[in-house]
Amino acid sequence: MRTLRLLAVGWYFQFKAILRSPFEGLFQVIYPLFFATVAFLMFRAGTDQKTLLYASLGAAVMGMWSATSTTAAGAMQRERWHGTLEALVASPPHFSLILLPITLAMSTVGVYCLVATLLFGRFLFGIDLTFEHPLLFVLSIVGTVISFGALGFLFAVTFVRFRAAWALGNLFEYPVWLIGGFLVPLVLLPDWVRPISWALAPTWGMNAIRESSLGGTPLPDLAICLALGAAYLTIGILVLERVLTAARKRAALSLT
Amino acid sequence: MTSLRIFAVGGLISFRALFHWLSPSIYIPSLIVAPLFQILLFAYIGRSAGLASDEFYVVGNAIQYAAIPCLFAMTNIVGGEKFQQTLGAILVSPAPRLPLFFGRAVPVVVNGAFVAAVALLAGTIVLGVDIPASAAPSLAVVILVAAFSCTGLGLITAALALRIRETAVLTNVLFGFLLIFTGANIPLDDLPGWMQNVSDVLPFTHAIAAARELADGASLTSVLDLIGEELLIGLVFAFLGYWLLRFFELQGRRHSTLDRS
Repeated sequence: MRTLRLLAVGWYFQFKAILRSPFEGLFQVIYPLFFATVAFLMFRAGTDQKTLLYASLGAAVMGMWSATSTTAAGAMQRERWHGTLEALVASPPHFSLILLPITLAMSTVGVYCLVATLLFGRFLFGIDLTFEHPLLFVLSIVGTVISFGALGFLFAVTFVRFRAAWALGNLFEYPVWLIGGFLVPLVLLPDWVRPISWALAPTWGMNAIRESSLGGTPLPDLAICLALGAAYLTIGILVLERVLTAARKRAALSLT
Repeated sequence: MTSLRIFAVGGLISFRALFHWLSPSIYIPSLIVAPLFQILLFAYIGRSAGLASDEFYVVGNAIQYAAIPCLFAMTNIVGGEKFQQTLGAILVSPAPRLPLFFGRAVPVVVNGAFVAAVALLAGTIVLGVDIPASAAPSLAVVILVAAFSCTGLGLITAALALRIRETAVLTNVLFGFLLIFTGANIPLDDLPGWMQNVSDVLPFTHAIAAARELADGASLTSVLDLIGEELLIGLVFAFLGYWLLRFFELQGRRHSTLDRS
């Protein structure tokens, strides 16, 4: 119960803090709209205009990923710059229980991106939204947010030794948009790319959201999405243990 | 001679000092790999939407991505000095402002052109786009003019950095506008009329059109009008930016707000 309370309070505190930041809050909601606009205009001008709803959902999840990738990759470094990393690591709870709510809060901002993009497409481009399975649609979003947060957690601990962790996080923005099948069906990509797509929770989260909206069976996709999220979390905790042990040995925790 | 020295030496030192952090660990992911993935993303969306050829997206996005180095670097010319608390020392100096600011813009133009050229080359190779080798010198000219034009817009954002705090948000938003309006990914004819009017006065629009014609085998002389328009847009933005820099500098002195970050 104490662990759950820590996660919930940490998430709420971090979420409020992010919303006060013009870059991590407001900008992360606005920025994907530019890419969504380009995608809408491209699909509208293209040969198959029936794909606009497909594009709308894809662009919406693109925003969710944007809100996570860059900011989460630099999450540990941000604490280091603020001078709070040592205090957080030294506190009694395991550091993963402190870091995970941070990346989860970042991925939660993605829900704003999702809603903003869907409404943007609806009112500016007249894209009719259909939700065949409304409850499963909401569940798919929650599952996707959790798995994005878990992937962000893995990024945060993996990139901590890189001084420019944000740049690496930024680097993963376009590739995941591409190979996650957000706007491009996976069948169009080269065969060797598909196994990489399958290892990414965003691919399955996107499938679940699309299937629950357009009609289909989202639950298997959602289950795989959450399972991958759990795997990222487990790997992240193992990496974090190693990183913290090494940092303590070398007294290098606060070094930038 | 002093002005020339401020222009050349000052510009180079400023660029190196402000971007000492631009190490390979940042430069390669942000300015070499990211533009390639932007090209791939839009080329595949284009295939999915059945809109245009791969060449269309390679040329459009390679040139448009020069906005990142040009806008960010120019904005940091002022924003970075403010952050490091060196802006006051610079602006209190008697150095003439024209060589001071324009000298800082030259390395930015060169860097922006380099980023666009590498992206064009990489995109061409990865997607197997066929661009005649004879077009390379002409494309280099167009890319250089495009980088100059966007750096002109960057001077405006540099001026705004004297007044606003969130310059990263501003430059990213401008990047987004350029992505939509310049025809990098959507043929200009498919844009609504008002958007076409806006795109006519933005950096990159004419350069991208010229580069696409060159990639299709046109000669440099046949696109001189487009290059001229791009150059003119760059000059207008550059002098507007310079005027704004002077204006905000005077305002900053008057209200004692130069170092307010």
